[in-house]
Amino acid sequence: MAHAPDHADHVGHSPAHHQAPLGMYFAVFFALMGGTILTVIASHVNLGHWNTPVALAIAIIKATLVILWFMHVIHSPRMTWVIVISSFLWLGVLFVLMFSDYLTRIWNIY
Amino acid sequence: MRNPTLHELQHPGTSDDAHAHHHPFLQHHFEDLGQQHEASTLGMWFFVAQEILFFGGIFMAYSVYRHMYPEAWSAGAHHQNWKIGLFNTIVLIGSSLTMALAVWGAQGAKRKLTTVMLVLTLLLGMTFVGVKGFEYREHIHEGLFPGSHFTYVDHAHPELTRGVELFMVFYFTMTGLHALHMIIGAGLLIWFIKRAWRGDFGPEYYSPVEIMGLYWHFVDIVWIFLFPLLYLIH
Amino acid sequence: MTSTTIDDAPFIEPSATAKRNYLNDEYGVLSWLLTRDHKRIAILYAISVTIFFFVGGIFAFLMRLELLTPEGDLFTSDTYNKLFTLHGIVMIFFFLIPAIPAVIGNFILPIMLGAKDLAFPKLNLMSWYIYIIGGTFGVIVIITGGVDTGWTFYTPFSTQYSNTHVFLTTLGAFITGFSSILTGLNFLVTIHRMRAPGLTWFRLPLFVWSIYATSVVIMLATPVLAITLVLLMVERVLHVGIFDPALGGDPVLYQHMFWFYSHPAVYIMILPGMAVISECVAAFTRKKIFGYKFVAFSSLAIAFLGFLVWAHHLFIAGISIYSAMIFSFLTMLVAVPSAIKVFNWTATLYKASVSWQTPMLYVLGFIGLFTIGGVTGLFLGALGIDVHVHDSYFVVAHFHYIMVGGTIMAYLAGIHYWWPKITGRMYPEWWARLSALLVFVGFNLTFFPQFLVGYVGMPRRYHAYAPEFQVLNVLSTAGATILAAGYILPMIYLGWSLKFGRKAGPNPWGAVGLEWATSSPPPKENFHETPTVTWEAYDYPAFLKAMRETQDA
Repeated sequence: MAHAPDHADHVGHSPAHHQAPLGMYFAVFFALMGGTILTVIASHVNLGHWNTPVALAIAIIKATLVILWFMHVIHSPRMTWVIVISSFLWLGVLFVLMFSDYLTRIWNIY
Repeated sequence: MRNPTLHELQHPGTSDDAHAHHHPFLQHHFEDLGQQHEASTLGMWFFVAQEILFFGGIFMAYSVYRHMYPEAWSAGAHHQNWKIGLFNTIVLIGSSLTMALAVWGAQGAKRKLTTVMLVLTLLLGMTFVGVKGFEYREHIHEGLFPGSHFTYVDHAHPELTRGVELFMVFYFTMTGLHALHMIIGAGLLIWFIKRAWRGDFGPEYYSPVEIMGLYWHFVDIVWIFLFPLLYLIH
Repeated sequence: MTSTTIDDAPFIEPSATAKRNYLNDEYGVLSWLLTRDHKRIAILYAISVTIFFFVGGIFAFLMRLELLTPEGDLFTSDTYNKLFTLHGIVMIFFFLIPAIPAVIGNFILPIMLGAKDLAFPKLNLMSWYIYIIGGTFGVIVIITGGVDTGWTFYTPFSTQYSNTHVFLTTLGAFITGFSSILTGLNFLVTIHRMRAPGLTWFRLPLFVWSIYATSVVIMLATPVLAITLVLLMVERVLHVGIFDPALGGDPVLYQHMFWFYSHPAVYIMILPGMAVISECVAAFTRKKIFGYKFVAFSSLAIAFLGFLVWAHHLFIAGISIYSAMIFSFLTMLVAVPSAIKVFNWTATLYKASVSWQTPMLYVLGFIGLFTIGGVTGLFLGALGIDVHVHDSYFVVAHFHYIMVGGTIMAYLAGIHYWWPKITGRMYPEWWARLSALLVFVGFNLTFFPQFLVGYVGMPRRYHAYAPEFQVLNVLSTAGATILAAGYILPMIYLGWSLKFGRKAGPNPWGAVGLEWATSSPPPKENFHETPTVTWEAYDYPAFLKAMRETQDA
């Protein structure tokens, strides 16, 4: 767990804000639209067992765009990054250790 | 004679005559609006983090059963109208855009733009929920609501019927929880529309709109995953 | 050295307005029920958790009465099932999880940080109301017939077959979880953003590090319980087989999801206890804690590793043997940071001039009993042993050594240690020491026999047992009576002290920390002037010097 910038890092009387250019929001929006169309198309193409990973990958990219730009994480302090990454990491722990059980069960033995 | 605060040491010349220019929305236990802004933003991020684990838990259970019953999951997904899902996805992503623009407007003290964007976000959000309600009604008519009212039988693959019912449990629970979060968000939006119209927000104080945005975008992200996982399995 | 006030400790002289403190600042019931003051909210919690503690204790006592005889002759098995279920639910959700954070954390944390309040005072009040609503559901369940599934609500019994108030109980637990989450959130933001000038991370009292780690666990684990309970409620209402094998579900999935929260939950319960212990060890040895950074990082390590071990509760439930081996190995790892803490506290005691006030007695009890509890946890983490003692009284003894010998002793240590700060009064030392002795003797007499009786095969959650176990069970019940006396006594003398106790100055223990730099009880804003911290953690000479300088200024 990284350590937050301490009290000294908070800047000024006013909230320090970085106002992103307006066009950036629209660019992200169109990228998200593109990703959505792509997801639908990809789901109708038979990629075998790759369908699920492709769908998830596109969803992850879309989520990343929302997180970085709509939620301003790209301009946010380090602590925000720590929180976002940690949450998904913890979710990863849940998935990995859970599936360590389900994928190694030998169903046919019983 | 009290000791100077660290802030004052770093910014000589500023003094704590803040009370003379006390911002109406500065809460008494914070030193200044900057600290208040950082605290509320950090607080919302921690809240979003626990929401990630909340939805993550049910995504995980969904994944376990998808692994166990892949055909039933596919059959279940075929009962969802992907075109409606696509429409709703576009609506929701649109609402994320309008929400982000509302934050941008609040930062710039653009009272009218902020209000309009928040209203649009609310309308798009309500459209989403309305469409979802329509979908639910259709499912109920088809006998797909799990429990004692589940009358649907998969004639092509009767052995998958139980699995389809299990899928529908996850469908209703996941989209239901998502819709509940949207409805709560809508309630909050109404309150913020009122505040924005009143002119509460500006570059000094816009964190309520920002954290509303964080919440709304998070709910959007959940849907970004729900759409392919519930509608697009083939 | 047993004086309760240190004559040579300079402290900020109470100014003329010091008679006004948070207790007499406002009067009236509404000024308490609608307060935003973290100190008053802490007291609201203190009253509620104490009531729940005694409710849970009554269930335990009824169980111990039944277990005096091998036959199930006092209660039917159904009733007994309800007793152990309600004992667990009340003690865990309504006492152990909130107690130290919401009572001691709420009161002391902002003051320790030099802040005026927590980051979100209104949210703090809402946390208490959410807790009360959840608790009300619990009380309704108790009054209307109880629940008999065990606090673990294992499926499919809880979802399909139990005829008791499963839905209401899970709803109550679900609601109470939000109280926990919001408190954790409040603490995290406060620690990050509201520290006084000069209070860098490594100058923080170790109490703060532990509470921080607790809050991280709360934020990441509790939501998973929430979703698990949602699914439980859905299954209970709709009778669809989410976790019912007859309908395609997997009951082990429920156990996985439940324990993903409930194992970290035990760290939510013990880390705050460890937080108190660190403070008391430093105060009553008047030394810096040995290995400060090790203790600080151990808190974080416990929080992290605590998430990786949950399936050791499922060893015999039907998970794969490979997965069981992984979890067993990880379980061994999680003992390491706890052990590091015990070593460091013990090392602090070495060659120290220890002052044996009541908090320190509880601390000693904690260190010994927590160690026993922890070591027996290692035994349980070993697959081969667990096969034999799983679901026996060995497990019951293990977790009571930690929860009661550990957490509850730490809670009592903290209550006594900070009592003068909270109330402005000293408790009567000899009565308190007597209680501590009763608690220690009573505790060991209650729970040590349970190790023995569990090891030779007595199962848990049974109201009848084989006759050869009776002697040990009778000893256990006798111990429970002594333990009960040890818990009731403080209610009496602490209550007495509110009116008749010696008045306490700002720093009766001569300890280091911002909470001791303000008056007892503190003013509503905690400090008349926000202090600047120039001393390292537990650096007594530097703290004294800083206090003198502030006084002179």
